[in-house]
Amino acid sequence: MRIICPVKRVPDTAAKKAVEPDLTLDRDGVEAVLNANDEWSIEEALRIKERTPGTEVVVLCVGPEQAQQTIRKALSYGLDGAIQVSDPGISGSDASGIASIVAGALADEEFDLVIMGNQSSDARTMLLPAMLAEYLDLPALTYCTKLDIDGDTVRAEREMPGGHQVVEAKLPAVVSVVEAINEPRYPSFKGIMAAKSKPVVVKDLQDVGLDAEMVGLEHAWTQVLEVTPRPPRQAGDKVEDDGSGTVGAKALADFLVARKFL
Amino acid sequence: MSISFELRPEQEELRRLVRQFALDKVAPRAEEMNHRGEFPVDLVQEMGALGLFGLPFPEEYGGSGGTYFDLCLAIEEIGRVDQSLGITLEAGVGLGAMPIWKFGTEEQRRRWLPPLARGERLAGFGLTEPGGGSDAGALRTRALQDGDTWVINGSKSFITNAGTDISDFVTITAVTNQDPREITNFVVPRDTPGFVVGGGYRKVGWHASDTRDLAFDDVVVPAEHQLGERGRGFANFLSILDEGRIAIAALAVGLIQGCVDECVRYAHEREAFGKPIGGHQAVAFKIADMQAAAELARNQWWHAAWLMEQGRPFKRQASIAKLYATEAAVTAAREACQVFGGYGFTTEYPVGRFYQDAKILEIGEGTSEVQRMLIARDLGLPRA
Ligand SMILES: Cc1cc2nc3c(=O)[nH]c(=O)nc-3n(C[C@H](O)[C@H](O)[C@H](O)COP(=O)(O)OP(=O)(O)OC[C@H]3O[C@@H](n4cnc5c(N)ncnc54)[C@H](O)[C@@H]3O)c2cc1C
Repeated sequence: MRIICPVKRVPDTAAKKAVEPDLTLDRDGVEAVLNANDEWSIEEALRIKERTPGTEVVVLCVGPEQAQQTIRKALSYGLDGAIQVSDPGISGSDASGIASIVAGALADEEFDLVIMGNQSSDARTMLLPAMLAEYLDLPALTYCTKLDIDGDTVRAEREMPGGHQVVEAKLPAVVSVVEAINEPRYPSFKGIMAAKSKPVVVKDLQDVGLDAEMVGLEHAWTQVLEVTPRPPRQAGDKVEDDGSGTVGAKALADFLVARKFL
Repeated sequence: MSISFELRPEQEELRRLVRQFALDKVAPRAEEMNHRGEFPVDLVQEMGALGLFGLPFPEEYGGSGGTYFDLCLAIEEIGRVDQSLGITLEAGVGLGAMPIWKFGTEEQRRRWLPPLARGERLAGFGLTEPGGGSDAGALRTRALQDGDTWVINGSKSFITNAGTDISDFVTITAVTNQDPREITNFVVPRDTPGFVVGGGYRKVGWHASDTRDLAFDDVVVPAEHQLGERGRGFANFLSILDEGRIAIAALAVGLIQGCVDECVRYAHEREAFGKPIGGHQAVAFKIADMQAAAELARNQWWHAAWLMEQGRPFKRQASIAKLYATEAAVTAAREACQVFGGYGFTTEYPVGRFYQDAKILEIGEGTSEVQRMLIARDLGLPRA
């Protein structure tokens, strides 16, 4: 079995974000990390690998030179190899652009399953898994909280509003996972050291069958018009009690009722 | 090599990994473990799985194939949230496992090192005696050869990691001749008859770290438990402490950085006289001084560790790192409590715990006075 885990390099969510004049994120100014949701997909791929001898897990990352660090991080969990797509023409691509690049990179690859996080913490479009499945003409199982592989079939539980759904598809398929699926392990220092010598195949746009006319900021289907940082949090309402407990409790209850929490 | 302050990519990654682990798994439990004096076997073993206890050892002995520098990076990051667990790591690797690695025969390494390097078991380093630690060459513990065995009598004080549920053995120094200067090292397994591990101490800090007094009453160990050459035991143990000073400096830097972390947050939240206390210069300057100390001390342990990695003399730099970092840690912890006001005198915030934990740093693995003696000697000043 061969599993592909697409991963993204994102600015650390704890860091303050800055925006470039073209309204793309300033990625140099902040520390970059592996997108947190991709830790769940990597963990899930590793668990399948542990259950299924002979499984190979390959990480795929669309990103510039510096994304090597993200790739090494992903490899440090114990993955087998990596594909990086790097090209100056990619910068500023929207979800559709990235999906076509990933699809292009996978065109020549043999694989049974693509497992990815359901969203990235910086762009948050949640579109990529579905778009990728469309471009690859494969079934998409999204928002999965449980995965089972049985022969040539993948069975998944999907998170739904108010419950869950069990779905099944033939391999190969594209799967996206959410937090509830697992608790990711930490890499080990041995894994970090081993990651240094794992093979990373670097491709450019031409290698994946695209050209700069098809992707990048200028050819994005969607355009960001404005970016406004969230206003600083307002001071909250203070509930004063007269010592009896009842005045404060009533004020709190009124507050919750007014917002339909009670 | 020219001057560089850049960590290797795997070192950056290690530091991030340990930081994340410390925040996720250690920080939420630090106060409770300290309060209950609980030694966290589960966390030690999780750190073992990350490879932290095997950092300076090759993979074939259960290690992770890193360096002593890497170990110190990990100690600093653990120590930044929990000093007790930081010393458990420092003593576990630097004092417990290292003598086996450095002085053991191939057979001894293969027998004793792997479980230690994987963090499954711990070992103690028995140098200090009730009669004295600074003058550690003045030993009372004796080992007499009896055919193929050694018979050990004596006692040791303040031995870290000697009495946990996963403690495997201690290595000790013992006099092996009429001439008390002939000192040799031995491995004494925990379950050896006559070897008694005491109940522990009522300490000022490091409450979640294990410290024991040990008694040896006609303890018999086979000849193959002799570690290193006969008569080299004191010099060998001192060389372990030379390196250990770098690790204690890293632990102290963790404490100072932990104080900065806590103070920066609190100085934003807490208000007095209509503004966050960090807006009062007297408070802000305290925190600025702490950060200055953290960076200076870090540069110094990096320098000492770098010299050591290059195979160059590093003892003076290690003593300076230990001396400066630990004294700065005591100051930082005291000032951090001041920043927290009344809450600094409670255990509700980590700074109160750091205050308790800081003092021992100036004492263990060579007191500040001993470090000054070593630096003075290195300068060629006349001996006392
Ligand atoms: C929590 C804890 C954990 C420890 N873990 C270990 C361990 O794992 N293994 C181990 O072997 N030991 C351990 N120790 C012991 C520690 O290393 C000693 O306590 C330390 O070396 C000091 O020795 P001492 O306590 O005998 O003090 P002493 O040597 O009696 O010193 C008393 C005072 O006199 C000063 N002094 C002594 N000689 C001189 C001199 N020539 N000139 C100037 N001043 C001098 C000292 O600096 C100190 O201020 C631990 C101690 C503690 C508290």
